[in-house]
Amino acid sequence: MHEMSIAQSLIRIIEQEMVRNRVDRLVRVKISYGRISAIVPEALQTAFQALTHNTHLEGAVLETSEIPLRAKCRSCFREFSGGDDLFVMTCSHCGAEFGHEIISGKEMFVEELEVE
Amino acid sequence: MQIKVLRNILEANQRISDQLRAMFKENKILVINLMSSPGAGKTTLLEKTLVQLKEEFNMAVIEGDIQTSNDAMRIAATGAQVLQINTQGGCHLDASMIQEAVSQMELDSSDILFVENVGNLVCPAEFSVGEDHKVTILSVVEGDDKPEKYPLIFAESSVMLLNKTDLLPYVDFDVDKASGFARSLNKDITIFPVSARTDDGLDDWHEWLRREVDRKKQD
Repeated sequence: MHEMSIAQSLIRIIEQEMVRNRVDRLVRVKISYGRISAIVPEALQTAFQALTHNTHLEGAVLETSEIPLRAKCRSCFREFSGGDDLFVMTCSHCGAEFGHEIISGKEMFVEELEVE
Repeated sequence: MQIKVLRNILEANQRISDQLRAMFKENKILVINLMSSPGAGKTTLLEKTLVQLKEEFNMAVIEGDIQTSNDAMRIAATGAQVLQINTQGGCHLDASMIQEAVSQMELDSSDILFVENVGNLVCPAEFSVGEDHKVTILSVVEGDDKPEKYPLIFAESSVMLLNKTDLLPYVDFDVDKASGFARSLNKDITIFPVSARTDDGLDDWHEWLRREVDRKKQD
């Protein structure tokens, strides 16, 4: 549901970058979002299509990619990646299960624009 | 042609949140962003806290709801300053809404500002509103797997209040399991089992608030 707010913020950034670079046709925008950020890519697609309809951004492709979850173990202080099951986050080095610190997987970035 | 961007999508919200945080810091106001699903007991807990700490602190509340001012009326009955935001369908409060609300409030002598977010375990977690701490209430009737299903909100929270513990004998809720899930991705989370209805455990939560107010004053 908050994907509409996120799409609005995304479009504001796209507009600013296009003005700065003096281009007016957007072909593609690439964004990446963390594994545990609360983003549903399909909902973001719908919001992006709805907000760009009948604007000069209409038809641009929104490409999303997920940033995996990486954590730092609270016991051995080494970094490891989360598996499929996020919630039994066993450290691949020492086996500790609880208390890890998230290093990446919460972010939400506009990576690049492809323009003409 | 490619344009490299690398900008945080929520940078606009973050910018306003940073401004709010600086303002709250200058005025030494502890700001708590209180989140939970609908019906977990945010308003009841606030009513208890506002009444029980009334003599110690000057407290104010921003009430976020999709519609109605029912909760604001309950809060106003405690004597605390309250401002209602109706999001008209919006699923979360964002920093600009708080900025607008704060401009209409008299917070100079406030020690604590509670922001009662829209009932929702997903969206509010993404939007910071200048708070010192996110506090998430999970009621035991919702099930002990919620920290597993909604990881971000529990990963971002300083405190998890396990509310409605008076109902524990009637539900299959494993306190250790819920706590374990919450701690797996958040090593620093503080967990208080409470019952806002019977007052059980509220002292520990209030003690935490006292400590944080002190810290904010000395900051």
